[in-house]
Amino acid sequence: MPSLPDMTTPNLTALAGQALTESGHVAVPAPDAGQPEFVEFLQRMGDNALILGHRVSEWCGHSPALEEDIALANQALDLIGQCQLWLGLAAEVEGKGRDADALAYLRDAGAFRNLLLVELPNGDFGVTLMRQFLFDAFHIEMLRALKTSSDSRVADIAAKAEKEVAYHLERSADLVIRLGDGTDESRARMQAALTKLWSYTGEMFVDDAVDQAMADAGIAPLPSSLQPAWDKTVAAVLEEATLTAPTGAWQHKGGKKGIHTEHLGYILAEMQFLQRAYPGARW
Amino acid sequence: MYAQMVKSEGSKSREEMTPEELAFQDRIDRGEKIEPKEWMPEGYRKTLIRQIGQHAHSEIVGQLPEGNWITRAPTLERKAILLAKVQDEAGHGLYLYCAAETLGVSRDELLEKLHSGNMKYSSIFNYPTLTWADMGAVGWLVDGAAIMNQVPLQRTSYGPYSRAMIRICKEESFHQRQGYDIMMKMCAGTPEQKAMAQDALNRFWYPSLMMFGPSDKDSVHSAQSMAWKIKMNTNDELRQKFVDQTVPQAEYLGLTIPDPDLKWNEEKGGYDFSEPDWSEFFAVIAGNGPCNAERLGARVKAWEDGAWFRDGLMAHAAKAEDRARAARLAAE
Repeated sequence: MPSLPDMTTPNLTALAGQALTESGHVAVPAPDAGQPEFVEFLQRMGDNALILGHRVSEWCGHSPALEEDIALANQALDLIGQCQLWLGLAAEVEGKGRDADALAYLRDAGAFRNLLLVELPNGDFGVTLMRQFLFDAFHIEMLRALKTSSDSRVADIAAKAEKEVAYHLERSADLVIRLGDGTDESRARMQAALTKLWSYTGEMFVDDAVDQAMADAGIAPLPSSLQPAWDKTVAAVLEEATLTAPTGAWQHKGGKKGIHTEHLGYILAEMQFLQRAYPGARW
Repeated sequence: MYAQMVKSEGSKSREEMTPEELAFQDRIDRGEKIEPKEWMPEGYRKTLIRQIGQHAHSEIVGQLPEGNWITRAPTLERKAILLAKVQDEAGHGLYLYCAAETLGVSRDELLEKLHSGNMKYSSIFNYPTLTWADMGAVGWLVDGAAIMNQVPLQRTSYGPYSRAMIRICKEESFHQRQGYDIMMKMCAGTPEQKAMAQDALNRFWYPSLMMFGPSDKDSVHSAQSMAWKIKMNTNDELRQKFVDQTVPQAEYLGLTIPDPDLKWNEEKGGYDFSEPDWSEFFAVIAGNGPCNAERLGARVKAWEDGAWFRDGLMAHAAKAEDRARAARLAAE
């Protein structure tokens, strides 16, 4: 049972905030304000979805079959939708009056928190599919864990996104298997994609101080805790696809802290063009 | 209209028709739908394949001018809406290729004809999309013109085509509204945004009028197609209807139609307007529009670059079938 309000010492801050909101004045900062690690974590989730969604959407009208055009547009839509929710919550928790669009369109590359993997260029369709599979296998584990987050807003977003990402993984895993165990050429292309991308997978499971703070608060799992399940999924799919993961490869990292590849700057130059060229315009 | 100048096969008077052809024409005249396995004149089948094929090609080539702005959409919401819209166009292509397949032509055969230049797509998609306002103008004018033609085609005589059109029209009317919504936002925005909107209207007005095809007096294939109810209205009727619908919409936006001779004609109850430059239309149809090479080139590249992907999937399917057969034999 919730505790009853103390009638003798009313919560003046809350009441003042309520009065201001009701009379149409500026709202008081959200009670979450001052949780930089939480904001950081939400941006990592939102930026992964935004940047991968952007990359996938580049295929629109150019993919190898009409069904793929439709499927990729769908996937990009799911990711942009997830990005709106994660960045929307990040902006709310941050409490500085920004919104999801301001975060997407008005931050420079150094403020982006996505994994390096998702910003890599599309390459051939094999690279695009392999990147998707390696990320989906991580993404699904992250979302499953977030469904039990101590923050109900995070749990709600994760529950919605999990359904979409379960399908992304089903699709990408299926195509990796079919193309790995397809023709000599399709196998060679999928193997080359795997070899190229493998050194960008380690970053998904590196824990840092932000991750530790999230885990301590029960908001999110430690990324390292997701690795065994990812290893298992990836090993099973690669085996069926007759593909071999490189061993002992160097692992790149930096995206989670804002140190990106050269590619992100170009993505943002394109994505943010209108907002930068016409500041303050409404679209 | 996404099908322009579709060549129609022959035109016979009732006296010249065989009994089968007469019975077929009577069914159409009674408003019956023709279904895939039923008898139809060869000319009807061929004309429909051309028209549905050209329409399908227009949908998939039509992904490109709008796809051009997906990565630059100004807000997350606009990006999502545009993605959904372009995805719908791909979906329309898919229904239409399926409708054509019921007439005995495969999607691959139709694509081969597109890629080799033996089949066309709508001239409108050979114009560039230069600013974000073009996303508004394309939705408002191009989809608006397409709907004008496609709404009557819901009643076309060929069942699968008619059913595809019913579904497509629902989505197209959403597309037109989203285009107009972009225009409203731009026109209510900064002076630069409003100028962008006017510029987009200036560039897309005449190409949109061309979408209905040449004037009736120059349209040689209309009569037979209309008798077969493959084409429901003449080009000029539809163009007039489009102008009458669009002028008040432009006025509401505070934009000027780029036609000094545009004026209301009380007597005919419609607007008088200038004809588009038909020499430009024929030049675009002949391959000399500003983006013909890019558009067709992009489709050919997608097809060629994707060959290994399609071959890989086919090879896997064959292997899986062999393995299943071997497993069945081993179990016996």
